[in-house]
Amino acid sequence: MSADLQTQFDALIDADERIEPRDWMPDAYRKTLIRQIAQHAHSEIIGMQPEGNWITRAPSLKRKAILMAKVQDEAGHGLYLYGAAETLGVDRAELLDLLHTRKQKYSSIFNYPTISWADVGAIGWLVDGAAITNQVPLCRCSYGPYARAMIRICKEESFHQRQGFEILLTLSNGTPAQRGLAQDAVNRWWWPSLMMFGPPDADSPNSAQSMAWGIKRFSNDELRQKFVDMTVPQAGVLGLTLPDPELRFDEETGHHHFGEIDWTEFYQVVKGNGPCNEQRLRHRVRAHEEGAWVGEAAAAYAAKQASREGVAVA
Amino acid sequence: MSQLWEVFVRGRRGLSHVHAGSVHAADAQMALRNARDVYTRRGEGVSIWVVPSSQITASTPDEKDPFFDPSADKVYRHPTFYNLPEEVRQM
Ligand SMILES: [Fe+2]
Ligand SMILES: [Fe+2]
Repeated sequence: MSADLQTQFDALIDADERIEPRDWMPDAYRKTLIRQIAQHAHSEIIGMQPEGNWITRAPSLKRKAILMAKVQDEAGHGLYLYGAAETLGVDRAELLDLLHTRKQKYSSIFNYPTISWADVGAIGWLVDGAAITNQVPLCRCSYGPYARAMIRICKEESFHQRQGFEILLTLSNGTPAQRGLAQDAVNRWWWPSLMMFGPPDADSPNSAQSMAWGIKRFSNDELRQKFVDMTVPQAGVLGLTLPDPELRFDEETGHHHFGEIDWTEFYQVVKGNGPCNEQRLRHRVRAHEEGAWVGEAAAAYAAKQASREGVAVA
Repeated sequence: MSQLWEVFVRGRRGLSHVHAGSVHAADAQMALRNARDVYTRRGEGVSIWVVPSSQITASTPDEKDPFFDPSADKVYRHPTFYNLPEEVRQM
């Protein structure tokens, strides 16, 4: 029987069809997806913090309204993704527990601080830009609910990247001090953005299985290269430089060659030793605990209404 | 306690409601509000339905083939089954 189900599953994957929640699927496929979607969801909600840091200090009402809308979108992305994970038979509360007890991770990029307003621009342009490069192929992921969540997310991300680019463009055309802020932010966010695509293919042992399952469509290095090729000309439009002396267009390959990434830094941040790991998690847990009364009050209200109407509480 | 609700959104008048995703909420009113905030931030909908996930009865994938079989062998239900003369091909 199980062999039959496996054959059916393989046939769907081979035909590039989608797997849906009630289909049989191998345990390892389910586990991989739960972990990946949960960590993706965690990244969206932790990602609200670095930018949230600037909401009260945005330079104008317009920028403030835009930034609030962007951060609210990230909350929405988290919710779409927790919803997609729940179709695999886990509960959102469980996943949040795993985040809070450090058993599941989120993207390391959010462990860097936002020390100036220009960082909000650099995050939109580079971090959301890298996220888009990662996420567009996920719209064709073999697991239906994940793919559908990604389509929704990708539609919203383009506003995120454009508003960031516009912030940097404005600063870059401003006073020398403003231009300096923009360049400094790009200098700090460039390398961590390249790390967002994960370790080099040679050190990414699970990638092959994810590719075979149609969860992943391109390798880490392919996506990273795509991002660099897309971003270098945009830096030219901004009139800003990227902090890599080795960066040059290679006529032969048709791609931009870039310098060696500092993977020691990457693994340090992954392990919890980045500049803001502690702060981000502590803030998340505090928000969760201090906000618990809202859910409790809503539940109490619902129970009271239901008993008044003489309806059993579901 | 909060429960899971499935959300269906009507994109605009003239279209049917389509499944958008799910939300957690303690009651139906709050589920509607949450669904509005999560799934219609950019005018994606003019009407929302929320249904407790536990209230949905679905066909199981295992019985997929026999369950949908009755529709497979009735080719005469399709207009292409009928061979008409050239003059009335547009029918
Ligand atoms: Fe996002
Ligand atoms: Fe974003």
